[in-house]
Amino acid sequence: MIECGVFKRTYEEDMAFRHTALARWRIYLLLLAVVVFPFVASEYYVGIANLIGIAIIGALGLNILTGFTGQISVGQGAFLGVGAYTSAILAIRLGLPFWLALPGAGLVTALVGSVFGIPSLRLKGLYLVIATLAGQVIIEWTIGHWVDLTGGSQGMTNIPSPAIGPLTFASRTSYYYLTYAIVLAATVFASNLFRSKVGRAFVAVRDRDIAAEAMGVHLFRYKILAFAVSSFYVGVAGSLWAHYLNMISPEHFTVGVSIEYLAMIIIGGLGTVSGSIFGAIFMTLLPVILRELTGPLSAMLPITQVFNALREGIFGIVIIVFLIYEPHGLAKIWRNIKDYFRLWPFSY
Amino acid sequence: MIQLAVENLGLHFGGVTALRGITLDVNQGEILAIIGPNGAGKTSLLNCVSGLYRPSEGRLSFDGQDITHLPPYKRARLGIARTFQNIELFRGMTVLDNLMLGRHVHLQSSLLIGGIYFGFAQKEEIEHRRAVEDIIDFLEIEKIRKRVVGTLPYGYQKRVELGRALAWEPRILLLDEPMAGMNIEEKEDMARFILDINEEREVTVVLIEHDMGVVMDISDRVAVLDFGQKIGEGTPDEVRANPQVIRAYLGEANGVGLASFGGSK
Ligand SMILES: Nc1ncnc2c1ncn2[C@@H]1O[C@H](COP(=O)(O)OP(=O)(O)O)[C@@H](O)[C@H]1O
Ligand SMILES: [Mg+2]
Repeated sequence: MIECGVFKRTYEEDMAFRHTALARWRIYLLLLAVVVFPFVASEYYVGIANLIGIAIIGALGLNILTGFTGQISVGQGAFLGVGAYTSAILAIRLGLPFWLALPGAGLVTALVGSVFGIPSLRLKGLYLVIATLAGQVIIEWTIGHWVDLTGGSQGMTNIPSPAIGPLTFASRTSYYYLTYAIVLAATVFASNLFRSKVGRAFVAVRDRDIAAEAMGVHLFRYKILAFAVSSFYVGVAGSLWAHYLNMISPEHFTVGVSIEYLAMIIIGGLGTVSGSIFGAIFMTLLPVILRELTGPLSAMLPITQVFNALREGIFGIVIIVFLIYEPHGLAKIWRNIKDYFRLWPFSY
Repeated sequence: MIQLAVENLGLHFGGVTALRGITLDVNQGEILAIIGPNGAGKTSLLNCVSGLYRPSEGRLSFDGQDITHLPPYKRARLGIARTFQNIELFRGMTVLDNLMLGRHVHLQSSLLIGGIYFGFAQKEEIEHRRAVEDIIDFLEIEKIRKRVVGTLPYGYQKRVELGRALAWEPRILLLDEPMAGMNIEEKEDMARFILDINEEREVTVVLIEHDMGVVMDISDRVAVLDFGQKIGEGTPDEVRANPQVIRAYLGEANGVGLASFGGSK
């Protein structure tokens, strides 16, 4: 059947999540693909999918703050660290199960994020970048030096895998299902948020904070709230990371990681939920693909090493290319493709 | 009945005096126009009323309540709504979302309820969407409701901004040059909307406007500012006959002269 424009009769229909039958089927197919993936893919790729899932949650968090609310943060790496370390400390030192450590990590990170968000009331743009950079440095330093709690530069090992009774999520495949259940919840929550009061106010703060305030949006409260929700997501991602690798150390949470996440949401699409997903996939796969492509060559040429050395530089170039040619990111490219095929074969 | 009372208001920026000793009462249900040359302090006065500027001296009260030190978001909750001289819409949002944000003070859903959505938040969104659709019908902007505001032509943006202020269900509406840059036809539409809003929705209107024809046509009373001071106030006819006002306007070289005082009356 060819769809020829979309018509709705009621506001309920008009405000539904996915408007067309085609879009609904696309969602079902996607869910099915996610469920089936581990059956058809090798362990290696399931492992990569896990990293993508964790990155999606983290990118959603950063996008809520930077893409939707317009508060640029380069503290992402540190906030991931707060989540990962909190979760590990709760699990190892206090012996809490993962199921409590994960939300605990989210809440603690939300609290820390809110505190580091306080300067956002006064600072905008580059000044806020500097302030969040200061936050990044302070947290990194604390993690590296509070040896009794964090193990210092040694990091922490033997972080337990999640378990329900005798059932453990130690294998890549079981962790995959755990991760993607959380990805699903995180995605649905974020999408809903931005079609209701609080999310709309976030976007209003981004677009015109003065007008938003004149219209009854309490700027301070909403900016802090954005930092809190964002950091909650990031804390959950950090926790998932810690219990997946079973070990963490400070170098996982540097400012380089912050930059990578910024690249993710810029390439994927600022201020869109799907952009966070595209960006996470793209940025996680980019090094993998480069490695595969260059595998045969790398015996002769040190391309992989060069890539690692140039990593940040290459990401920087990719960001600039996107900013110039498609500032709305992969999400926009995807939208264009969808629009093209919605009216296909009459799309012109 | 006095709804908004401005008492002896003063505002300074460093050495610049934007407002000095302004005393002005706005009656419930009237249309009050504020006129004056560029730089007279009209926008500054509105900014003081909506709380974006802190006056250096003087007092503001709304419905008998002292609002001088109330932050802007709390004044919004009292029903003080406004538009801006240089359109301040949420450019990345659709027309619908801009209007829905206009209802911010009426919505209840918290972060968690909104994120869960199904149930309370959905019901609330649908209910308020109805109110917003009424305004969309009223302003005749059905065709653009899903458009992203930043891509709309100027005249439509002005209209959407009025819609956003209306969505608020304000008690008083502060309009800063709502017709600036419009052609005659668009101005007539806008004047009609303002009159309807005032009559049918019983909203007090404070209007800054340069087009004397429109001002004389639609306002109940006119206040005249010059160099930060109020130099005249009264019905359109009284103001037209006020020698001080005539002098101020004769001294003006920018075309908003006495000639346009005759207006389209
Ligand atoms: N934010 C500000 N900072 C400094 N001076 C300002 C500011 N806002 C207004 N002014 C000054 O106050 C005076 C009145 O400006 P304004 O209220 O915009 O006049 P009008 O709206 O009548 O054209 C002008 O001299 C202007 O330069
Ligand atoms: Mg002005």
